[in-house]
Amino acid sequence: MAAQQGFPFGPMRGARAGGRGEKKETEVTALAGLTFEVKPGEILGLLGPNGAGKSTTVGILTTRIRPTGGRAWVGDYEVWRETVAVKHLFGVVPQRPNLDFARTAREILTFHGAYFGLPARESQRRAEELLERFQLAERADQMARVYSGGMMQRLSIARALMHDPAVLFLDEPTVGLDPQTRLVVWELIREYNRRGKTILLTTHNMDEADELCQRIAIIDHGRLIACDSPAALKASVPGGWLIRLRFSRSTPELTERLRGIEGVREVRPSGDGAVDVYADRGGALIPAVVGTASGAGAEIHDVHLSEPSLENLFLLHTGRGLRE
Amino acid sequence: MNWKTFFALLARDAHVARRNILPVLVQNLIQPMMFVFVFGRIMTGSGLLPEAYKNMLLPGIMAITMVISGAQGVAMPLIAEFQFTKEIEDRLLSPIHISWIAIEKIVAGMLQALVAGFVVIPAGWLLLGRGLDLSGTRPLSLVAIFLLVALFSAASGLVLGCLIGQTQIGMMFTLVLGPMIFFGCAYYPWSTLARYPVLQKAVLVNPLVYASEGFRAAMVPAIPHMELSAVLAALVLFDAGLVWLGIVSFDRKAVG
Repeated sequence: MAAQQGFPFGPMRGARAGGRGEKKETEVTALAGLTFEVKPGEILGLLGPNGAGKSTTVGILTTRIRPTGGRAWVGDYEVWRETVAVKHLFGVVPQRPNLDFARTAREILTFHGAYFGLPARESQRRAEELLERFQLAERADQMARVYSGGMMQRLSIARALMHDPAVLFLDEPTVGLDPQTRLVVWELIREYNRRGKTILLTTHNMDEADELCQRIAIIDHGRLIACDSPAALKASVPGGWLIRLRFSRSTPELTERLRGIEGVREVRPSGDGAVDVYADRGGALIPAVVGTASGAGAEIHDVHLSEPSLENLFLLHTGRGLRE
Repeated sequence: MNWKTFFALLARDAHVARRNILPVLVQNLIQPMMFVFVFGRIMTGSGLLPEAYKNMLLPGIMAITMVISGAQGVAMPLIAEFQFTKEIEDRLLSPIHISWIAIEKIVAGMLQALVAGFVVIPAGWLLLGRGLDLSGTRPLSLVAIFLLVALFSAASGLVLGCLIGQTQIGMMFTLVLGPMIFFGCAYYPWSTLARYPVLQKAVLVNPLVYASEGFRAAMVPAIPHMELSAVLAALVLFDAGLVWLGIVSFDRKAVG
């Protein structure tokens, strides 16, 4: 396994996927020319709102969703040409636990080991070790169906690690978990990464991406918006701060005057009296904004201050919030 | 081909089947055995049906029991795994080609059908009582029919499991398995349909006909039955077609 450690999973070039809906005529394009690369040994987060194409991307990279075009690699393997060989390289933690509910936690792990050709004794040993590390040892011989959500998620991750894959895919790993369990899961992910493993996780939670990932790829409507380290991404927002304003009316004159305020980097009217002001400071600018507005004959109805964040970056590129 | 993975998948299905063996056997055997008892014992014993009916009935019951066991044994878990629990995902991600997972399902279903078939012989013997005469049994033909019927049942289970949704399970019994059993020549030899020529030709699309006639030809050759060669040819064709359709449907269902 040493030779495979830190295998990169390669660029997805122009991958497209026609997501099949209930009926064929409702076919939609889930990904449109998405290209990105994950470096060996890094945690890369795919950040985007629901429906952005995150799960489709993971599905394509893990042989579960056949793309209608484009190419994808994991390590040296082109995923859709070598579907069997490539499966040795990765482990997958699905969005919803798909554990074999009629089996015990221990059996779930040992059978997974057997699928990957581990000898029975080795399988038992690894299962024991993972159950211990994931704090499931005490209830290892209970059926998985009686587990709580957090335990199921930990067991899902343990199962994905049974064959010690070089790459780990996690699809929304902490959705629906309480804050305490979320921290435990984050630590398990970091720990695996410290062993030189490559991790791709999807999330629509900015804090999770910010906290966990060395680099973040922000996607929306199946397209890549930006890809960089969390710090660099935040720094790429003009000024960093975002002041969202709503006026009684917004005029070109008002926009022009706002641009003139010291510290303001960019002003974007978004219709209906709403104006987004990107600036290098936050609250300190409000008096100047109020003054400018009354000078232009406009009244302020709403002010929202947002400190430098990935949300601001998403807004800058799409005009929408991640949660909208 | 990755045999380690293949056998691990098979071991997993055997593990689950072993755990459920009693309820599964009861579920698959109770109805045919009641049929055997009522028609083979009570009705023959009371003189409503001739004694010889016992010999005619047992092969048909074997065909039904094997087909139902294999088909349900594959289809029912598959429907749940694909639609509800999604627990099949872990196996779809194992390092083996998707088609081999479908083949593994067929092998597992065949084993279930064979077990059910082997249980029917002594159970039927006990229930039918005196008068059962299997002395003419042709062992080689019987083995061939056993294997072909087991393959047919498992492959049709795979097709049904891939094409039918959770909400259509009731319909599957009413529209597929029901007519198949009643028009499958299990309770009467195919030759008795001669008085209904249209029906006699129409039932030829029903693979259970060949299973019932095949068991009859192999176990009680004295009773009128289809030519064994025709039965074998038809079963081979049905098996090949269903295995192909099952694998294609599984691939389509498994990969989005």
